[in-house]
Amino acid sequence: MTQVEPVQLLLSKKERFEREPDRRSEDFHELLFELESRGELVVQRVQGEHVTVPTKYGTPKKIQKGHLWHHKSCGQCGHIPGYSTSIFWIMRKLGYDYEDPRDQTSCTAWNYYASATSNQAAQAAVALRNFAAAYETGYFPLIHCGTSYGHYKEVRSELLHQPELRSQVRKVMEKLGKPMVLPEEIVHYSEWLYAMRDEIAANQVIDLKDVAVTVHPACHYYKLVEGDAIYDPDVYHGQRTAAVSGLVQRLGADLRSYSTFFDCCGFGFRHILVQRDFTRSFATLRKIEVMKEEANPDVVLTHDTGCVTSLDKSQFAAQAHDRNVGVPVMSEAQFAALAMGAHPYKVCQLHWHSTNYKPLLEKMGIDWKAAWAEFEEELQHLKSGDKEFLTWEDVGV
Amino acid sequence: MKTVTEDPYMKVDRVAGHEDVERSTKESLMAEVFADPRFPHYLYGCYECGICVAACPSARFYDFSPRRVAQAAARRDIDLMFQQMEEDIWECSQCFSCLRCPRGNNPGGIITVMREVAVKNGLHSAQEALQGYSRIIFKIMSTGTQVSPDMLQPDAFPDWGPEVKDVSENLDLWRRALPPETHHTTKTGWAVADKTIVELYLIWLETGALDMIRQVDEGIHMILEEVMEERLEDEGIEI
Repeated sequence: MTQVEPVQLLLSKKERFEREPDRRSEDFHELLFELESRGELVVQRVQGEHVTVPTKYGTPKKIQKGHLWHHKSCGQCGHIPGYSTSIFWIMRKLGYDYEDPRDQTSCTAWNYYASATSNQAAQAAVALRNFAAAYETGYFPLIHCGTSYGHYKEVRSELLHQPELRSQVRKVMEKLGKPMVLPEEIVHYSEWLYAMRDEIAANQVIDLKDVAVTVHPACHYYKLVEGDAIYDPDVYHGQRTAAVSGLVQRLGADLRSYSTFFDCCGFGFRHILVQRDFTRSFATLRKIEVMKEEANPDVVLTHDTGCVTSLDKSQFAAQAHDRNVGVPVMSEAQFAALAMGAHPYKVCQLHWHSTNYKPLLEKMGIDWKAAWAEFEEELQHLKSGDKEFLTWEDVGV
Repeated sequence: MKTVTEDPYMKVDRVAGHEDVERSTKESLMAEVFADPRFPHYLYGCYECGICVAACPSARFYDFSPRRVAQAAARRDIDLMFQQMEEDIWECSQCFSCLRCPRGNNPGGIITVMREVAVKNGLHSAQEALQGYSRIIFKIMSTGTQVSPDMLQPDAFPDWGPEVKDVSENLDLWRRALPPETHHTTKTGWAVADKTIVELYLIWLETGALDMIRQVDEGIHMILEEVMEERLEDEGIEI
């Protein structure tokens, strides 16, 4: 009988793991183009004028400047409409054309991360249906929501590596009569703002040097499939994502750090809707109070739907408990639009926010009382039937 | 010294908040988890360093640990995994801060897979965690957008401050005061084309996503099925 070494016996009982030797995320482009050359899918290329930006592990990323297909966000359009309106407004102000499609569904990832009432194939099919809809128009997709952006990168990785999933999704896409399309880059709107920061700054009309800003980087932007996120040596020495902070620096605001920058906002997907005691506690105790104590900002800027919601809406209940809260929260798109002269109500729609943003506007030199009177005048026109909707012409773009 | 054979993380029956099931049931549930094509890419062993716990928001507020989840999965400890499926996984925030793991583990991803299996099999934890959430499932699956302006009601969000009441009272007017043409809606986040909704319904039906709803809320499933089938029938599409 062969004698088994005790160590071998032990090892045979243990689970063995294969580990990638290199922790860097893969550069997905090679596999993407290989699948295209095999006829498995179509790659929608970045076209026209673009800016190349640096990412976490050095892979260059191309950001198309104009002719963009806006993949909107449920929470932004539904509950923070000044968020999406500001993104559109900046693009119009800078003179870039875009498509605001009706042929777009949610990525449905908020629901997936909240309830798991979906599956891999459904999530991938939803993503590819939207990408195909963009491709059919010729406009390049620009993703508004951080969760959509993160989830689509997950879906891309799964589709590139799992032939069975591709074949399952292909059958669905054939039923829909749509091609299998993935874009050359998955681009978040905050990356577009970062790439366009010089043009934005050139159109700035408000001096921000006395405005103190803290930034909450969105988890699904830079933690999920981290290799795509923008990192810039000139922003926190390349040790934190440069999305949002890079724009804030370029606009000349007083960017301040705080120790819990890596912490999540507490959104929780399911929690924000049905278990908000957790969200409120985390958002105020680990984020807002720490920011107040360590950096005392005039405004908190972030770049995702869920983060604006959690950090803004959680402060009301905390105020009732005399907690050290009370700082306005908005997206950097709204902040940049304000700096470029956008109307705080007609464009940035700040009346949909909960925390008191008026001291910030005063510090920025914006007369909010006059602005509200102008907005109310527009509302009167809508009420009286003089006009049905507020238009882009009404907001000067 | 007596060897400890029982799992130190297992709660005893007296305090566990779920009914125990046959071992064969647990084996079959975990077989689904291990068979998920994402699973091998989410787990590479565990140093027990606790970085995932330090980064985890849920660990600060609940008796929840992404490290315990990764370790139980690494040991293929199906008793503990079942307990976690019934008691822990719905506390995860799905923020993926745990991806900071130096071994490249994805405890949040393992939880996504475990949640999916819990839903598919109608586990008690899934039904309980999603109580009160069904209307969101209905909204996203039937309209293609997750939250709508008309959800902003003061009785639903009393903790969000008086502005919710302002929004709700002025909803139609304030939505018309939005310059983007797609934003004048109140029941959906933006205007979604009819053809797009039909395509979404086909995705839910073809991928089995609609069937999953039956396990967590039979009533919502029935309504969704009726809405989708009627719509597809109107379009002359056979399922």
